[in-house]
Amino acid sequence: MLQIDRWKRILIIGICLLGLAYAMPNLFYKRVEAHNDAVAAIEKTGVTTPELVEARDGWPGWLPNGLVNLGLDLRGGAHLLGEVQVDQVYKARMDSLWPELRRALADERATIGAVRRVASPEGTLKIEIGTPEQLARAVEIVRGFSEPVTTLTGAGQTSLAIDAQGKALTISLSDAEKSLTDDRTIQQSLEIIRRRVDEVGTREPTIMRQGEDRILIQVPGIGSAAELKALIGTTAKLTFNAVIGTGSDPDARVGIGEIVLPASDREGVFYTIDETPVVTGEELTDAMPSTDQNGMPSVDFRFNPTGARKFGAYTSANVGQPFAIVLDNQVISAPVIRQAITTGSGQISGSMDYEEATRLAVLLRAGALPAELTFLEERTVGPELGQDSIDAGQIAATVGFVAVIVLMVLSYGLLGVFAAVALAVNMGMIFGVLSMIGATLTLPGIAGIVLTIGMAVDANVLVFERIREELRTARGPARAIELGYEKAMSAIIDANITTLIIAAILFVLGSGPVKGFAVTLTIGIVTSVFTALYVTRLMTITWFERARPRQIEV
Amino acid sequence: MAFRLKLVPQDTRIDFFRWQFVTFGISSAMAILSVVVLVIYGLNFGIDFRGGTTIRTESTQPVDVGVYRQALSPLGLGEVAITQVYDPGFRADQHVAQVRISAQEGAESVTPETVAAVEAALKTVDPAVSFPSVESVGPKVSGELIQTAIYAVLASLIAISIYIWLRFEWQFAAGAIVSLLHDVLITMGVFALFQIRFDLTTIAALLTIVGYSINDTVVVFDRLRENLMKFKKRALREVMNLSVNETLSRTVMTSGTTLVALIALLVLGGDVIRGFVFAITFGIVIGTYSSIYVAKNVVLWLGVKRDWSKKDRSDDGSPFSGAEAP
Repeated sequence: MLQIDRWKRILIIGICLLGLAYAMPNLFYKRVEAHNDAVAAIEKTGVTTPELVEARDGWPGWLPNGLVNLGLDLRGGAHLLGEVQVDQVYKARMDSLWPELRRALADERATIGAVRRVASPEGTLKIEIGTPEQLARAVEIVRGFSEPVTTLTGAGQTSLAIDAQGKALTISLSDAEKSLTDDRTIQQSLEIIRRRVDEVGTREPTIMRQGEDRILIQVPGIGSAAELKALIGTTAKLTFNAVIGTGSDPDARVGIGEIVLPASDREGVFYTIDETPVVTGEELTDAMPSTDQNGMPSVDFRFNPTGARKFGAYTSANVGQPFAIVLDNQVISAPVIRQAITTGSGQISGSMDYEEATRLAVLLRAGALPAELTFLEERTVGPELGQDSIDAGQIAATVGFVAVIVLMVLSYGLLGVFAAVALAVNMGMIFGVLSMIGATLTLPGIAGIVLTIGMAVDANVLVFERIREELRTARGPARAIELGYEKAMSAIIDANITTLIIAAILFVLGSGPVKGFAVTLTIGIVTSVFTALYVTRLMTITWFERARPRQIEV
Repeated sequence: MAFRLKLVPQDTRIDFFRWQFVTFGISSAMAILSVVVLVIYGLNFGIDFRGGTTIRTESTQPVDVGVYRQALSPLGLGEVAITQVYDPGFRADQHVAQVRISAQEGAESVTPETVAAVEAALKTVDPAVSFPSVESVGPKVSGELIQTAIYAVLASLIAISIYIWLRFEWQFAAGAIVSLLHDVLITMGVFALFQIRFDLTTIAALLTIVGYSINDTVVVFDRLRENLMKFKKRALREVMNLSVNETLSRTVMTSGTTLVALIALLVLGGDVIRGFVFAITFGIVIGTYSSIYVAKNVVLWLGVKRDWSKKDRSDDGSPFSGAEAP
């Protein structure tokens, strides 16, 4: 018979109300957003100001406060896809291994002869020894530096790969160690980028790993992408190195372990420096913008105890010599050591303006990226364009919605009205689910919603057309309605599952806006089947029970 | 009788196979023509697929494409495309253009210097200009995006044919795939012919078309399956005609509501997603056509099992199964 159990009715109405309740905050977007921000700010800082309290009380705390996240194409902001140059870490590891190795091998000079490093591809370390017959002994010494690596795939691997041929040893990181190092490099980069973005204080940035060696950074609401890129694209690798010579030839011949770097403030000046730093930026504890004795912008910094000790020892041994402050392979200044610096603090001055000094201080505080970041993809959208898109989408959705309703009511009369109500509930539920799961609405996502408006009535159309057909067999309206729903079911299920398959593929393979489209399409399919089958059915049956019409017109 | 809008008369007895060689011939010709157009003109790939930068400019001054081009030519950027953008939603003093620069030779990633230089050059000819959106994609990523797009289209076709094969028969799956290929090819052909920008969202649109078209096809197939069980003795062609006629009203109605919503979006939704919406709108028209005129023709030619097992029938649960109702 044509009926629905009481508990089912309550369940259907309950689900609708729940969906609408979760959708409701979106009608008061600005106010709820201010409320959420205020709550977060109070929780984070523990400070309550009258403004924060006012913003917080603008929306009752017991009401749902989830909002649909607006994608970057709607809110405006910057999207960057960076690739971490993990290979650079291999090189740094090899370069820092060399001094230790040299010392260890030099201790055995009696057996293996003189040791020297010869040129080799980046990320490898090639050493020649004086007595080739004793190569096995040298390998043994090097192996002492190789640590066991534990990976998921198997134990027994060590961190160094050693290749011995003739009188030369070529050392590089083993594959297992490389993959571990890569992982660590990405994690560190993520952490440091997060710290840097947080220092700027924009809301809800997305910073996540993507694939093997990529990092996706999305910062909504940021005006200038160039500034963001300057902030996260800078390695900020600060080192203090011994200066060997100064010249004007960028291709000057240098010894192994030495490097020629340009001066950042003077064109055509090049320093030859020792590649192994005395102290690095990792040993800084603090950095802040200030001014030097000439009133020019500068950055004050302080070393941690080990850094301070190393720096003190080096400066006391090299009074009268210049040393170079190197930032990202540029010498920003090369002062002469006038006296030993044992206080553990210092100052970087060079040609920079206040803004640059502030940024440098932020970068030094957040720490250096373990490796350089190159940008593969960059998209920025201004907030005005995003707002224009929202407005246009709203108008289009409203017009489309009204047009579909008119078409449905004209075609199916009262049942069309039921379908229209179901469609409105459907819209509400889409927003409710989007808010509940914290999904992101993008511009193609809006198109997905409009498409859903058009397609959502499909299930209803299938049912209504079926009812029309069944009415002709003259078994009475109740039976026709029941059969209509029953028989249309298999077509509805098949049709929607195929669309779900498509949405799933879009979700898995798409990114950003396309993913947003897949999300709204998926939610739209599920809610529209629910509203079309259960909500209209409930309305139809309730009406039928009340009115008890002898015949119905569809 | 209250007024009812009937897009399709109540009882239609259209013989959809009457001109089947003409309609299928036209479909085949269109599909082949699309391939030819695709080969000759090629697709107007956006930066998603070939790398490069697009800069959207907005100004209160009218845009003079020639002046823009002149301002940019000293920069030696290679291929630069400048198009003015129109939209009914723009304010009277809102003039928008799109500048597209192809990926710079030898650059693996995005070059911010290029973007800065272009912005500075445009500022000199029009101080009022602003840049509401700048998008750059490096050649490395664009290569991967092409791959992903191809996988996505193939995966959807395969997944759908498997589903149809499981739910129906392999002949139905074949019919569905032929009609989907038809829709996708012709839509791509139109994009090539009019050189509409083809980017990642267009792929999403293509997949949506696949989804919609299969939706339509499945509804017809579903009715066909039901009728095949009902009318065991009738010729396949007759049963097909009956099924399409019975579902015709629904097909037209659903296409109607979807098109109405999409046309609203096409006209009012702004220029940013117009290409995307156009692809879907066009695809829905072609998808509706193909579910009536392409999919089932293939099934007819392949023939279909008429002897549905008992088990299948009980799934249907209809008291009318087997009855020769009108």
